[in-house]
Amino acid sequence: MSANHHDETEHPGAQPDADLSRRATRALAIRDLLIRKGIVQADEIDEQVHRVRSRAPADGAKVVARTWMDPEFKERLLADARSAVAELGYTLTHDAELAVVENTDDVHHLVVCTLCSCYPTSLLGPPPDWYKSFAYRRRAVVEPRAVMREFGLELDESVQIRVVDSAADLRYLVLPRRPAATEDMTESELAALVTRDSMIGVTEALSPARA
Amino acid sequence: MGVVFSASPGLFAVGDRVVVRADAAEHHHRTPWFVKGKPGVVRAVSGPFFDPESRAHGGSGEPKRLLYPVEFSQSQIWGDRYAGNSDDRLLIDLYEQWLEQGQTPE
Repeated sequence: MSANHHDETEHPGAQPDADLSRRATRALAIRDLLIRKGIVQADEIDEQVHRVRSRAPADGAKVVARTWMDPEFKERLLADARSAVAELGYTLTHDAELAVVENTDDVHHLVVCTLCSCYPTSLLGPPPDWYKSFAYRRRAVVEPRAVMREFGLELDESVQIRVVDSAADLRYLVLPRRPAATEDMTESELAALVTRDSMIGVTEALSPARA
Repeated sequence: MGVVFSASPGLFAVGDRVVVRADAAEHHHRTPWFVKGKPGVVRAVSGPFFDPESRAHGGSGEPKRLLYPVEFSQSQIWGDRYAGNSDDRLLIDLYEQWLEQGQTPE
């Protein structure tokens, strides 16, 4: 996975241009058709794109940091994510619901959408390209430990891996474990340790030394 | 997880043993091939949601369907191909129409 990821981020020229432009052309053609047929208005599309892009992993990180500071908030989040994130001012605009799964010393969750690219966009913004790649979708479900190793995460053999295949209307957010030696940190300092990848479950939250 | 959010009562409850229908559907559906025919345990109940199998083909999505996160054993799904802990699990969201009552293990 990481090799693929590498290529996409550092060597964009390695992507076949013809393929990219074909996809972009198709997307634009569909957009034009939908507008011309009156199915959606141009400003509705712009608004939705703006809405998705206005959210970023930093928003999810604030939610995670709050769970580390406030165990009662964590319980509310695990029980009813929509209401709990609303306490922090986040309104889930997407039709899909949000579910939260918690990583502990014994259990580690990893999220994938094998069918397409289901992702908690209404909290985290758009998914990374690798999340949508065939390689990740094909491999995460059958060899999660190998995939995590490529992201630099080596979990103890005794840890149970729970792969969550988000195949429909529930979108999953992983609550990473709180790193060690963070007892004296403030909520905003803690949020800086929570990466996008740790909320997908391919890595853990950063340790203070690395942040 | 339990009940992820308010849901009307459905055919299955949290903890129920189920088997995924092994049907080879031609229409759009969201049941991956690798769990068809496999036994699992219901871990949560959610929805109801508009039925994507109807909406994908121009339908209204009615009646809405309940969606169940169902837990499977990775080694039961992949057999020898799975190189991991025998406790490892896969959770997949499956619509009610794809589930049947499962057997209680001996």
